Amino acid sequence: MQLSALFLVIVAELSLSTTAFSLAWNRRALHFRGGDVSSSSTTSLRQSSASAEAETPTTSSAGAYLSTVPAGPPDAILGIAEAFKKCTDPRKVNVCVGAYRDEAGKPWVLPSVREAERRMLDDPATNKEYASIIGDAEFVNLALKFAYGADADMSKLAGVQSLSGTGACRIGGHFFSKFLPDEEKPIIYIPTPTWGNHIAIFRECGLEVRRYRYYDSSTNGLDYDGMVQDLKDAPDGSIILLHACAHNPTGCDPTLQQWKDISDMMKEKSHHVFFDSAYQGFASGDAEHDAEALRLFVKEGHTVALAQSFAKNFGLYGERCGTFSLLCNNADEREKVMSQLKLIIRPMYSSPPIHGSSIVRTVLTDDELRGQYYEECSHMAGRIKQMRLLLVEKLKEAGSVHDWSHVTNQIGMFAFTGMNSDMCDELTSEYAIFLTRDGRISLAGLNDNNVEYVAKAIHSVTDGKSITTSS
Amino acid sequence: MHIRTHHHHHHRFLSFSLEHTCINTTTTNCPPMFRQLSREVIRRGTSSGSISAISSARTATGARWASSLHWADIPMGPPDAIIGLTEAYKEDTFEQKVNVGVGAYRSDEGKPYVLPCVREAETILMGQDLDHEYSGIAGDPEFVKLALGFAYGEDSKPLTEGRVAGVQALSGTGGLRVFGETLARHGHKRIYLPNPTWGNHIPIFKNAGLEVHKYRYYDTENSDLDYDGFVADVKDIPEGSCVLFHACAHNPTGMDPTIDQWAELSQIVKDKKLLPFFDCAYQGFASGNAPQDAAAIRLFVEEGHNLALIQSFSKNFGLYGQRVGALSVVTANEDEKAAVESQLKITIRPMYSNPPRHGARIVKTILSDPRLTTDFIDQCKGMADRINDMRSKLRGTLEEVGSTHSWEHITRQIGMFAYSGLQKDQVMALRENHHIYCTLDGRISMAGGNLKKI
Repeated sequence: MQLSALFLVIVAELSLSTTAFSLAWNRRALHFRGGDVSSSSTTSLRQSSASAEAETPTTSSAGAYLSTVPAGPPDAILGIAEAFKKCTDPRKVNVCVGAYRDEAGKPWVLPSVREAERRMLDDPATNKEYASIIGDAEFVNLALKFAYGADADMSKLAGVQSLSGTGACRIGGHFFSKFLPDEEKPIIYIPTPTWGNHIAIFRECGLEVRRYRYYDSSTNGLDYDGMVQDLKDAPDGSIILLHACAHNPTGCDPTLQQWKDISDMMKEKSHHVFFDSAYQGFASGDAEHDAEALRLFVKEGHTVALAQSFAKNFGLYGERCGTFSLLCNNADEREKVMSQLKLIIRPMYSSPPIHGSSIVRTVLTDDELRGQYYEECSHMAGRIKQMRLLLVEKLKEAGSVHDWSHVTNQIGMFAFTGMNSDMCDELTSEYAIFLTRDGRISLAGLNDNNVEYVAKAIHSVTDGKSITTSS
Repeated sequence: MHIRTHHHHHHRFLSFSLEHTCINTTTTNCPPMFRQLSREVIRRGTSSGSISAISSARTATGARWASSLHWADIPMGPPDAIIGLTEAYKEDTFEQKVNVGVGAYRSDEGKPYVLPCVREAETILMGQDLDHEYSGIAGDPEFVKLALGFAYGEDSKPLTEGRVAGVQALSGTGGLRVFGETLARHGHKRIYLPNPTWGNHIPIFKNAGLEVHKYRYYDTENSDLDYDGFVADVKDIPEGSCVLFHACAHNPTGMDPTIDQWAELSQIVKDKKLLPFFDCAYQGFASGNAPQDAAAIRLFVEEGHNLALIQSFSKNFGLYGQRVGALSVVTANEDEKAAVESQLKITIRPMYSNPPRHGARIVKTILSDPRLTTDFIDQCKGMADRINDMRSKLRGTLEEVGSTHSWEHITRQIGMFAYSGLQKDQVMALRENHHIYCTLDGRISMAGGNLKKI
């Protein structure tokens, strides 16, 4: 019998300090700025919790506030997806959520992903242990190299696993909010239009959200001059959110030369660069090509921030797999930034979910699976491009005389058609075609069986009406 | 190694100076490691680790930063008290190192343990050829339904009446944060937590926008629940406030109120019109009997409280890294339920959009199958039994070595942790000299013990 428990014996007083926990956390307790909640219905709700109303006979009246809670507005995009599910019209077409569908209109699990899952299941070493706060380090390393390049200098790159793109934007937003000088609230500029959730995310982080011009609805193309002007007019040192490729929802990207000019201007303005990359590999079919803008800015010396998502390019949507990273000036800064990112993550969800990241890690560490993956990703991008061309072809066949070249020119998963919200509503109510009300169509939802139907429907609702607005 | 220095640096920073007197011990049969410790501790006297001044103040400038972002002014954040511990443990190259810090179950060989029913569920899932599409913001509805049934009891009235708002959560942490933020949006300014509580509770709620207040809970003198202090402090909580309770196996003390005490507390909570918020991380794990572990929750539901509940499936299902949980709120009727759910979704969407699928699918597969559910209950009970075994052995060994202290609290405590009563500098000595890692408050994870190392 061991007396090895002796270590517990050498205790004189059993007086226990209870302040151990409060200590570590006081350092930089984030003053949560409550934020401008995007939904006005919730702000009208601010009532003192002390003014509880009359008690119902059997329940505690602390719950009385619940009766005043209004139904919140449904999420713009996911709400439409839910409506699609409930719709019983046999003609129904889902072109709203940005999720890839195969030729039969079904979700597609990449074979390389499925193979990775099989290997994980068979591997006796696989367990369900907590990842660290920053996640699976090997995954993060691979993910960052995927974005920044195989020869990227990792020593200055602070990167953490995140809950896909949303989680990465949230971490980044909190980081900027905490550490940029705050004589005023730090400002982030996001393009008009942008992915809807961007606004809510950054507001929750306590940032002031402003917009820069991006889409020219008179040409259905990039409003490059407007973009540049607005970024020049922004206060020095603003945070600028850029879509790394395949801008959501417009599909309009700057050319590489335009990116270079934007980069030069942003240097002069001391702007902070924050890339959101949700479509690498998916935009052109070539993952290296899709990373050009990001890598250009790195080369030009910006200390970029990057939100990276593997939802689309790996088809891992619901497993919530991504990274947030910040390029620092040196390794010492990197250390400090990592420690601060942990302090943002730990009180939010402690550590990230490991299934998706394990899949990506398994694929990218195996040469065969990796090669297979690149082909599969390219295949998805290829099918979408096909649908893009086919849609325009069918629109012409249906008799539409509009200029649909913007649809052919746009990049990525979506076509930003130029239809207004009335036309979109009509498409949904009359034709059971579910798209977002900004006229954005997810091309992955099209296939040989429905593209003609959709083209005819679009023609019906746009015939004789304008799909551009003169600015 | 650079990182290690920083960790070490912070351990010093966090150490307190404490007085203690020495006691005589018989050390004849003690392995060298512990003999050394006893000498060490006796020698140390008052430890006064110099508390270095890590500047937490940002460099004060009024000017905006120049172009290439200077993060040089950012202070190094302190390592997490619990998870940082595991990181330090991982870096330790000492062969006989022991990790009794993180609350994660270990088999008797000291290895992570994946429940056989979980492995089986995963095999079943693989055969179903499922996709990885987005779930809704609120997650997998079937999972949520089964999760709530597990806690409330399937025949619980609010459940059968369809008035419990429920969403999938990122395990315990995620659900606590979502509810905290939602409370803050709806007029709450404060939340009340037991003293002590799980360390992460505090930054979770602070970051959610709530002031954190504590109510008395643990009597350190007697290593027991400070029930009178508990009751008195709850009575003092302002009306309408949210008060957090640990549903069972209080972390870190392992001391729970009796069911009669819970009944009394329920009445006080009613009288003071408080909002009870249960944190349930150990259901099935505490006593080995899942319904029994949910007794406090079910009592409060029966008493008519519109309580809130966060359930974690990290420990009981061993699904730690999958981040599986469920957040629920009992409401008055279906309309309220829908409204509350919509508000929880508004909090979730700008945080992570929708929750990860895999872990929820595993739990769903198990709980929707009677045989797998039985297997789960057995396996979970097996873990709980082994932990209770460890407790008895630990206490027995301590008593055998002739300790003059009462170690009765070790076996009286419930759940994964033993609240040893070690002080901070002893904990540090354990770490630095003997490569035994537990948290600074002297909390020892019984699951990290095994028969050889006890």
